[in-house]
Amino acid sequence: MQPSNKKRILVQCAFLIAAVLMIVHGTGRGEIATVWNKAVNICLECIGLG
Amino acid sequence: MKNAVKRKLIQIAAFGFTNSHMTNFVSGKLYTGKWKQFCNPGLNCYSCPAATLACPIGAMQAVAGSMQYNFSFYVVGFLLAVGVLLGRFICGWICPFGLVQELFYKIPSPKFRLPRIFTFVKYGILVVFVVVLPVAATDYMGMGQPAFCQYICPAGTLFGGLPMTATHPELRAATGFLFGLKMTILILTVLACVFIFRFFCKTLCPLGAIYGLLNKISIYHLDVDRHSCIKCGKCAHTCKMDVDPVKTPDSAECIRCGACAAACPRQAIRLGFRLSEPHAAQNGGADSRTEANKLQ
Ligand code: SF4
Ligand code: SF4
Repeated sequence: MQPSNKKRILVQCAFLIAAVLMIVHGTGRGEIATVWNKAVNICLECIGLG
Repeated sequence: MKNAVKRKLIQIAAFGFTNSHMTNFVSGKLYTGKWKQFCNPGLNCYSCPAATLACPIGAMQAVAGSMQYNFSFYVVGFLLAVGVLLGRFICGWICPFGLVQELFYKIPSPKFRLPRIFTFVKYGILVVFVVVLPVAATDYMGMGQPAFCQYICPAGTLFGGLPMTATHPELRAATGFLFGLKMTILILTVLACVFIFRFFCKTLCPLGAIYGLLNKISIYHLDVDRHSCIKCGKCAHTCKMDVDPVKTPDSAECIRCGACAAACPRQAIRLGFRLSEPHAAQNGGADSRTEANKLQ
Protein backbone atom coordinates (compact mmCIF):
# COMPACT_ATOMS: atom_id res chain seq x y z
CA MET A 1 0.00 0.00 0.00
CA GLN A 2 1.38 3.43 -0.94
CA PRO A 3 2.14 5.78 2.00
CA SER A 4 -0.17 8.54 0.69
CA ASN A 5 -3.01 6.04 0.43
CA LYS A 6 -2.40 4.81 3.96
CA LYS A 7 -2.55 8.40 5.17
CA ARG A 8 -5.81 8.95 3.28
CA ILE A 9 -7.40 5.90 4.92
CA LEU A 10 -6.21 7.03 8.35
CA VAL A 11 -7.71 10.49 7.81
CA GLN A 12 -11.00 8.93 6.62
CA CYS A 13 -11.17 6.70 9.72
CA ALA A 14 -10.29 9.59 12.06
CA PHE A 15 -12.97 11.82 10.51
CA LEU A 16 -15.59 9.07 10.64
CA ILE A 17 -14.85 8.35 14.30
CA ALA A 18 -14.95 12.09 15.06
CA ALA A 19 -18.28 12.34 13.19
CA VAL A 20 -19.85 9.50 15.19
CA LEU A 21 -18.62 10.98 18.49
CA MET A 22 -20.02 14.38 17.53
CA ILE A 23 -23.42 12.92 16.62
CA VAL A 24 -23.54 10.97 19.90
CA HIS A 25 -22.51 14.05 21.91
CA GLY A 26 -24.95 16.34 20.10
CA THR A 27 -27.80 13.88 20.51
CA GLY A 28 -26.94 13.35 24.18
CA ARG A 29 -27.15 17.05 25.01
CA GLY A 30 -30.52 17.44 23.31
CA GLU A 31 -29.69 19.18 20.03
CA ILE A 32 -32.19 17.01 18.16
CA ALA A 33 -35.08 18.69 19.98
CA THR A 34 -33.80 22.11 18.85
CA VAL A 35 -33.55 20.90 15.24
CA TRP A 36 -37.03 19.35 15.30
CA ASN A 37 -38.56 22.41 16.92
CA LYS A 38 -37.08 24.72 14.29
CA ALA A 39 -38.04 22.37 11.43
CA VAL A 40 -41.72 21.91 12.31
CA ASN A 41 -42.49 25.61 12.73
CA ILE A 42 -42.49 28.17 9.92
CA CYS A 43 -39.00 29.67 9.82
CA LEU A 44 -39.62 33.39 9.21
CA GLU A 45 -36.01 33.96 8.18
CA CYS A 46 -36.17 31.19 5.56
CA ILE A 47 -39.32 32.54 3.94
CA GLY A 48 -38.02 36.11 3.87
CA LEU A 49 -39.96 37.71 6.72
CA GLY A 50 -37.55 37.41 9.65
CA MET B 1 -28.89 1.83 -18.23
CA LYS B 2 -27.04 4.96 -19.29
CA ASN B 3 -25.35 6.85 -16.45
CA ALA B 4 -27.18 10.10 -17.21
CA VAL B 5 -30.60 8.38 -17.08
CA LYS B 6 -29.71 6.48 -13.89
CA ARG B 7 -28.59 9.73 -12.26
CA LYS B 8 -31.75 11.58 -13.24
CA LEU B 9 -33.95 8.76 -11.88
CA ILE B 10 -32.06 8.73 -8.57
CA GLN B 11 -32.29 12.54 -8.34
CA ILE B 12 -36.06 12.37 -8.92
CA ALA B 13 -36.46 9.56 -6.37
CA ALA B 14 -34.43 11.52 -3.79
CA PHE B 15 -36.51 14.64 -4.49
CA GLY B 16 -39.71 12.61 -4.11
CA PHE B 17 -38.69 11.02 -0.82
CA THR B 18 -37.45 14.24 0.75
CA ASN B 19 -40.50 16.20 -0.47
CA SER B 20 -43.23 13.62 -0.11
CA HIS B 21 -45.90 15.87 1.46
CA MET B 22 -47.00 17.55 -1.76
CA THR B 23 -50.62 18.05 -0.64
CA ASN B 24 -49.30 20.49 1.99
CA PHE B 25 -48.69 22.95 -0.86
CA VAL B 26 -52.47 23.40 -1.01
CA SER B 27 -53.07 23.71 2.73
CA GLY B 28 -49.88 25.69 3.42
CA LYS B 29 -49.08 23.49 6.42
CA LEU B 30 -45.71 21.99 7.28
CA TYR B 31 -45.07 18.31 7.93
CA THR B 32 -44.44 17.99 11.69
CA GLY B 33 -43.60 14.31 12.13
CA LYS B 34 -40.57 12.54 13.58
CA TRP B 35 -38.54 12.58 10.34
CA LYS B 36 -38.04 16.32 10.80
CA GLN B 37 -35.47 15.64 13.54
CA PHE B 38 -33.14 14.20 10.89
CA CYS B 39 -31.21 16.26 8.38
CA ASN B 40 -31.48 15.98 4.63
CA PRO B 41 -27.97 15.38 3.19
CA GLY B 42 -28.84 17.93 0.44
CA LEU B 43 -30.16 21.48 0.57
CA ASN B 44 -33.92 21.41 1.18
CA CYS B 45 -35.68 24.18 3.11
CA TYR B 46 -37.58 22.87 6.16
CA SER B 47 -40.17 25.57 5.64
CA CYS B 48 -41.12 23.97 2.34
CA PRO B 49 -44.61 22.49 2.95
CA ALA B 50 -43.60 19.22 1.25
CA ALA B 51 -40.31 18.74 3.13
CA THR B 52 -39.85 15.51 5.07
CA LEU B 53 -36.47 16.31 6.65
CA ALA B 54 -34.65 19.26 8.20
CA CYS B 55 -32.28 21.42 6.14
CA PRO B 56 -28.72 20.81 7.44
CA ILE B 57 -27.58 24.40 6.83
CA GLY B 58 -30.69 25.81 8.53
CA ALA B 59 -30.36 23.32 11.40
CA MET B 60 -26.70 24.13 11.94
CA GLN B 61 -27.49 27.85 12.28
CA ALA B 62 -30.59 27.22 14.39
CA VAL B 63 -28.65 25.20 16.99
CA ALA B 64 -25.65 27.56 17.00
CA GLY B 65 -27.93 30.59 17.32
CA SER B 66 -30.08 29.10 20.11
CA MET B 67 -29.77 30.17 23.74
CA GLN B 68 -28.38 26.81 24.93
CA TYR B 69 -25.69 26.13 22.35
CA ASN B 70 -23.04 27.85 20.22
CA PHE B 71 -22.20 24.92 17.98
CA SER B 72 -24.10 21.95 16.61
CA PHE B 73 -22.20 18.72 17.16
CA TYR B 74 -25.20 16.78 15.86
CA VAL B 75 -25.43 18.54 12.48
CA VAL B 76 -21.68 19.00 11.93
CA GLY B 77 -21.10 15.34 12.85
CA PHE B 78 -23.80 14.30 10.39
CA LEU B 79 -22.32 16.39 7.56
CA LEU B 80 -18.82 15.13 8.35
CA ALA B 81 -19.98 11.50 8.19
CA VAL B 82 -21.92 11.99 4.94
CA GLY B 83 -19.11 14.07 3.42
CA VAL B 84 -16.35 11.57 4.28
CA LEU B 85 -18.41 8.72 2.86
CA LEU B 86 -19.77 10.41 -0.28
CA GLY B 87 -18.33 13.92 -0.74
CA ARG B 88 -20.12 15.89 -3.47
CA PHE B 89 -21.79 12.74 -4.78
CA ILE B 90 -24.65 14.15 -2.68
CA CYS B 91 -24.70 17.26 -4.91
CA GLY B 92 -24.68 15.26 -8.11
CA TRP B 93 -27.18 12.57 -7.21
CA ILE B 94 -29.26 13.45 -4.12
CA CYS B 95 -29.65 17.19 -3.54
CA PRO B 96 -33.15 18.46 -4.48
CA PHE B 97 -31.94 21.98 -5.24
CA GLY B 98 -29.24 20.56 -7.51
CA LEU B 99 -31.94 18.84 -9.57
CA VAL B 100 -33.99 22.03 -9.74
CA GLN B 101 -30.99 23.98 -11.06
CA GLU B 102 -30.35 21.34 -13.71
CA LEU B 103 -33.95 21.72 -14.88
CA PHE B 104 -33.50 25.50 -15.22
CA TYR B 105 -30.33 24.84 -17.24
CA LYS B 106 -32.40 22.81 -19.73
CA ILE B 107 -34.15 26.02 -20.86
CA PRO B 108 -32.71 26.70 -24.34
CA SER B 109 -30.28 29.64 -24.22
CA PRO B 110 -26.59 30.43 -24.79
CA LYS B 111 -24.49 28.63 -22.16
CA PHE B 112 -21.44 30.06 -20.40
CA ARG B 113 -18.58 28.86 -18.22
CA LEU B 114 -17.91 30.64 -14.94
CA PRO B 115 -14.48 32.13 -14.14
CA ARG B 116 -12.93 29.93 -11.43
CA ILE B 117 -12.47 32.81 -8.99
CA PHE B 118 -16.25 32.89 -8.31
CA THR B 119 -16.18 29.32 -6.96
CA PHE B 120 -14.37 30.60 -3.87
CA VAL B 121 -17.27 32.86 -2.85
CA LYS B 122 -19.13 29.93 -1.27
CA TYR B 123 -16.37 29.41 1.31
CA GLY B 124 -16.73 33.03 2.42
CA ILE B 125 -20.51 32.56 2.69
CA LEU B 126 -20.03 29.40 4.76
CA VAL B 127 -17.69 31.13 7.22
CA VAL B 128 -19.45 34.50 7.50
CA PHE B 129 -23.17 33.68 7.19
CA VAL B 130 -23.38 30.10 8.50
CA VAL B 131 -20.62 29.86 11.11
CA VAL B 132 -19.84 33.35 12.45
CA LEU B 133 -22.95 35.56 12.23
CA PRO B 134 -25.44 33.18 13.96
CA VAL B 135 -23.10 33.01 16.98
CA ALA B 136 -21.60 36.51 16.94
CA ALA B 137 -24.62 38.71 16.11
CA THR B 138 -26.85 37.86 19.06
CA ASP B 139 -29.64 39.79 20.76
CA TYR B 140 -29.94 40.61 24.49
CA MET B 141 -31.15 37.04 25.16
CA GLY B 142 -28.11 35.52 23.48
CA MET B 143 -30.04 34.35 20.42
CA GLY B 144 -28.56 34.66 16.94
CA GLN B 145 -30.26 34.71 13.56
CA PRO B 146 -29.71 32.14 10.79
CA ALA B 147 -28.00 34.73 8.57
CA PHE B 148 -27.67 32.56 5.45
CA CYS B 149 -31.40 31.73 5.52
CA GLN B 150 -32.31 35.32 6.33
CA TYR B 151 -30.30 37.19 3.71
CA ILE B 152 -29.36 34.75 0.94
CA CYS B 153 -30.91 31.28 0.56
CA PRO B 154 -32.85 31.19 -2.74
CA ALA B 155 -33.99 27.60 -2.00
CA GLY B 156 -35.84 28.90 1.07
CA THR B 157 -37.48 31.67 -0.94
CA LEU B 158 -38.50 29.33 -3.76
CA PHE B 159 -39.76 26.37 -1.73
CA GLY B 160 -40.66 28.08 1.56
CA GLY B 161 -41.30 31.77 0.92
CA LEU B 162 -43.40 31.57 -2.24
CA PRO B 163 -45.76 28.72 -1.23
CA MET B 164 -46.17 30.01 2.32
CA THR B 165 -46.97 33.61 1.31
CA ALA B 166 -49.28 32.29 -1.42
CA THR B 167 -51.35 30.27 1.09
CA HIS B 168 -51.19 32.59 4.15
CA PRO B 169 -52.61 36.12 3.66
CA GLU B 170 -51.22 37.20 7.08
CA LEU B 171 -47.68 36.26 5.97
CA ARG B 172 -48.20 38.02 2.66
CA ALA B 173 -49.18 41.16 4.54
CA ALA B 174 -45.93 41.01 6.52
CA THR B 175 -43.61 40.99 3.49
CA GLY B 176 -41.19 43.89 3.27
CA PHE B 177 -37.58 44.77 2.50
CA LEU B 178 -36.13 41.34 3.40
CA PHE B 179 -38.64 39.53 1.22
CA GLY B 180 -37.79 41.88 -1.66
CA LEU B 181 -34.07 41.25 -1.15
CA LYS B 182 -34.53 37.49 -1.11
CA MET B 183 -36.83 37.56 -4.15
CA THR B 184 -34.19 39.57 -6.03
CA ILE B 185 -31.52 36.99 -5.12
CA LEU B 186 -33.87 34.18 -6.18
CA ILE B 187 -34.65 35.77 -9.57
CA LEU B 188 -30.96 36.49 -10.26
CA THR B 189 -30.01 32.93 -9.22
CA VAL B 190 -32.66 31.34 -11.46
CA LEU B 191 -31.59 33.52 -14.40
CA ALA B 192 -27.92 32.66 -13.81
CA CYS B 193 -28.81 28.93 -13.62
CA VAL B 194 -30.38 29.12 -17.10
CA PHE B 195 -27.06 30.32 -18.56
CA ILE B 196 -24.51 28.69 -16.22
CA PHE B 197 -24.74 25.05 -15.10
CA ARG B 198 -25.57 24.91 -11.36
CA PHE B 199 -24.63 28.57 -10.76
CA PHE B 200 -25.78 28.38 -7.12
CA CYS B 201 -23.80 25.19 -6.39
CA LYS B 202 -20.66 26.67 -7.92
CA THR B 203 -20.75 30.06 -6.25
CA LEU B 204 -23.09 30.35 -3.27
CA CYS B 205 -23.92 27.04 -1.59
CA PRO B 206 -22.34 26.59 1.86
CA LEU B 207 -23.27 22.89 1.84
CA GLY B 208 -21.46 22.46 -1.46
CA ALA B 209 -18.46 24.18 0.16
CA ILE B 210 -18.44 21.65 3.04
CA TYR B 211 -18.81 18.61 0.77
CA GLY B 212 -16.28 20.12 -1.66
CA LEU B 213 -13.63 20.27 1.05
CA LEU B 214 -14.46 16.67 2.05
CA ASN B 215 -14.25 15.58 -1.63
CA LYS B 216 -10.47 15.60 -1.10
CA ILE B 217 -10.68 12.63 1.26
CA SER B 218 -14.07 11.04 0.59
CA ILE B 219 -14.29 7.24 0.33
CA TYR B 220 -16.48 7.51 -2.78
CA HIS B 221 -14.11 9.09 -5.24
CA LEU B 222 -12.99 9.41 -8.81
CA ASP B 223 -9.73 8.12 -10.11
CA VAL B 224 -8.02 8.01 -13.45
CA ASP B 225 -6.09 5.04 -14.79
CA ARG B 226 -2.99 6.80 -16.08
CA HIS B 227 -2.01 3.71 -18.08
CA SER B 228 -5.20 3.87 -20.14
CA CYS B 229 -5.60 7.67 -20.33
CA ILE B 230 -4.47 9.09 -23.68
CA LYS B 231 -4.92 12.73 -22.63
CA CYS B 232 -7.49 13.42 -25.34
CA GLY B 233 -9.22 15.97 -23.07
CA LYS B 234 -12.75 14.70 -23.74
CA CYS B 235 -13.48 14.38 -20.01
CA ALA B 236 -12.54 17.99 -19.23
CA HIS B 237 -14.48 19.18 -22.26
CA THR B 238 -17.60 17.27 -21.13
CA CYS B 239 -17.53 18.41 -17.51
CA LYS B 240 -20.16 21.06 -16.84
CA MET B 241 -18.60 21.78 -13.44
CA ASP B 242 -15.44 22.95 -15.27
CA VAL B 243 -13.24 20.25 -13.73
CA ASP B 244 -10.37 18.49 -15.49
CA PRO B 245 -10.62 15.08 -13.78
CA VAL B 246 -7.22 13.98 -15.08
CA LYS B 247 -5.48 16.93 -13.40
CA THR B 248 -7.67 17.19 -10.28
CA PRO B 249 -9.68 14.00 -9.62
CA ASP B 250 -10.38 15.21 -6.07
CA SER B 251 -11.48 18.70 -7.14
CA ALA B 252 -13.85 20.43 -4.70
CA GLU B 253 -16.05 21.26 -7.69
CA CYS B 254 -16.58 17.66 -8.89
CA ILE B 255 -20.12 16.52 -8.14
CA ARG B 256 -19.30 12.90 -9.12
CA CYS B 257 -21.94 12.97 -11.87
CA GLY B 258 -19.97 10.51 -14.00
CA ALA B 259 -20.37 12.44 -17.29
CA CYS B 260 -16.60 12.41 -17.80
CA ALA B 261 -16.39 8.64 -17.24
CA ALA B 262 -19.16 8.11 -19.82
CA ALA B 263 -17.33 10.36 -22.32
CA CYS B 264 -13.93 8.69 -21.94
CA PRO B 265 -13.10 6.59 -25.03
CA ARG B 266 -10.69 4.41 -23.00
CA GLN B 267 -12.81 3.84 -19.87
CA ALA B 268 -9.92 5.33 -17.90
CA ILE B 269 -12.13 7.16 -15.37
CA ARG B 270 -13.72 5.23 -12.55
CA LEU B 271 -16.02 6.35 -9.76
CA GLY B 272 -16.76 4.27 -6.74
CA PHE B 273 -16.06 3.29 -3.13
CA ARG B 274 -12.45 2.29 -3.06
CA LEU B 275 -9.79 2.02 -0.44
CA SER B 276 -7.18 0.74 -2.92
CA GLU B 277 -4.41 3.06 -4.04
CA PRO B 278 -5.12 5.47 -6.90
CA HIS B 279 -3.55 4.43 -10.21
CA ALA B 280 0.06 5.52 -10.40
CA ALA B 281 0.97 8.10 -13.07
CA GLN B 282 3.64 6.17 -14.85
CA ASN B 283 2.63 5.73 -18.44
CA GLY B 284 1.46 9.09 -19.72
CA GLY B 285 4.21 9.51 -22.32
CA ALA B 286 4.79 8.69 -25.97
CA ASP B 287 2.27 5.81 -26.16
CA SER B 288 -0.64 7.92 -25.00
CA ARG B 289 0.08 10.69 -27.41
CA THR B 290 0.15 8.22 -30.28
CA GLU B 291 -3.24 6.90 -29.20
CA ALA B 292 -4.60 10.44 -28.94
CA ASN B 293 -3.47 11.15 -32.47
CA LYS B 294 -5.11 7.95 -33.70
CA LEU B 295 -8.43 8.99 -32.19
CA GLN B 296 -8.41 12.50 -33.64
S1 SF4 C 1 -23.89 22.68 -3.92
FE1 SF4 C 1 -25.60 22.90 -2.49
S2 SF4 C 1 -27.44 23.21 -3.71
FE2 SF4 C 1 -25.81 22.43 -5.05
S3 SF4 C 1 -26.16 20.26 -5.09
FE3 SF4 C 1 -24.63 20.63 -3.50
S4 SF4 C 1 -25.80 20.87 -1.59
FE4 SF4 C 1 -27.24 21.04 -3.30
S1 SF4 D 1 -15.16 15.67 -13.22
FE1 SF4 D 1 -16.53 14.12 -14.10
S2 SF4 D 1 -17.74 13.35 -12.37
FE2 SF4 D 1 -16.79 15.29 -11.72
S3 SF4 D 1 -18.36 16.87 -12.17
FE3 SF4 D 1 -16.99 16.75 -13.95
S4 SF4 D 1 -17.99 15.31 -15.37
FE4 SF4 D 1 -18.95 15.03 -13.32
